[in-house]
Amino acid sequence: MDRKDFIKKGLMGTGMFITSAAVGDVIKNDIDEIKELEPLGFNHLPNPESFVMENTVVHKAATRGHANHGWLDSHHTFSFANYHNPDRMHFGVLRVLNDDRVDAGMGFGKHPHDNMEIISIPLEGDLEHQDSMGNTAVIKKGDIQVMSAGTGIYHSEYNKNKDRLTKFLQIWVYPNKKNVTPRYDQISLDENDRHNKLQQILSPNQDDAGVWIHQDAWFHLGKFDKGFATEYKLKKEGNGIYAFVIKGDFNIGTISLNERDGLGIWNTSAIAIESLSENAEILLMEVPMVL
Amino acid sequence: MKNILYIGRHPEILETVVRLINNNEDWFGAGAETDEDAMELFERIHFHIVLLGCGIEPENEEKLRTFFKSTNPDCAIVQHYGGGSGLLTNEIRMALENHNMA
Repeated sequence: MDRKDFIKKGLMGTGMFITSAAVGDVIKNDIDEIKELEPLGFNHLPNPESFVMENTVVHKAATRGHANHGWLDSHHTFSFANYHNPDRMHFGVLRVLNDDRVDAGMGFGKHPHDNMEIISIPLEGDLEHQDSMGNTAVIKKGDIQVMSAGTGIYHSEYNKNKDRLTKFLQIWVYPNKKNVTPRYDQISLDENDRHNKLQQILSPNQDDAGVWIHQDAWFHLGKFDKGFATEYKLKKEGNGIYAFVIKGDFNIGTISLNERDGLGIWNTSAIAIESLSENAEILLMEVPMVL
Repeated sequence: MKNILYIGRHPEILETVVRLINNNEDWFGAGAETDEDAMELFERIHFHIVLLGCGIEPENEEKLRTFFKSTNPDCAIVQHYGGGSGLLTNEIRMALENHNMA
């Protein structure tokens, strides 16, 4: 008997005072998150390559972690699940930036979350959402979904369509307050409102544009013509900004970025953004640098 | 074998997190929903890591941290975020690396 079995059996034998869950996989559990995320075809790339300069970090698209589960193909900008890279744990309170592709009719079964602000941005196709708060909804391109997991929620996300894949960004932000009451929201935005301008999609304020979260963070989306240039001024002193190129090519300051590249900048009050291609799309995430 | 104690007030998340920990053959996970159970377990088993999950009131968290540190100063105490598989492995591995237990 190995030590692990010994301890489990020891606990069982004593009629241990702890919850039955304490013996983990001895107990049958029908809440099965990990089952669908078994690392079939798992081939994450442990790329250590980050370009860190005085107040910037560049994460080129090809250096992200990669997990191909068949039905789910995910690129991780920061360490997530089986992708572990100590140099890429987070950017300030931005903890997860997953670029997911889900096959037709497939998805994430019922699984739990707590103490995290979770934002989903569909890029293609439709996602069907269900959660333990009784919400059932479909989010599509143009929508923004937000969940404050707080004291605990369950949800599932499935590709609603049986004939085409869906792509979406899954973003996790550490909350500024633990154990809040769980909350779900989604909004539909007019994509015309981001043509050659930055459209706010998230803020800390309930009465502001976009969805809101428990954190001093502001997210914006922009869709620019080639050659269009603008500036983003940070809203809160001490915050940093992480830019993620959804489509096309950009210059941010003197740094060139291509599709799915990421750039984090701190100790700055503004950034200059220039589109280098037609219909280029960018996501800007302004976040506190400390929790 | 690294022993990991998870404490959280949400019973289903507790069950899930402990199961996920035990999916790793090098880790042993145990869980407790109450502070009393957690402290009793902590006295019986040498834990390398304590994960603080959801729903623990600030004053209780302070008491728990004090108790764990006085009982076993080498134990890493980590706030767990996310309530599932997303960050769990990273949190445990970082704790082991930061405390030279990897």
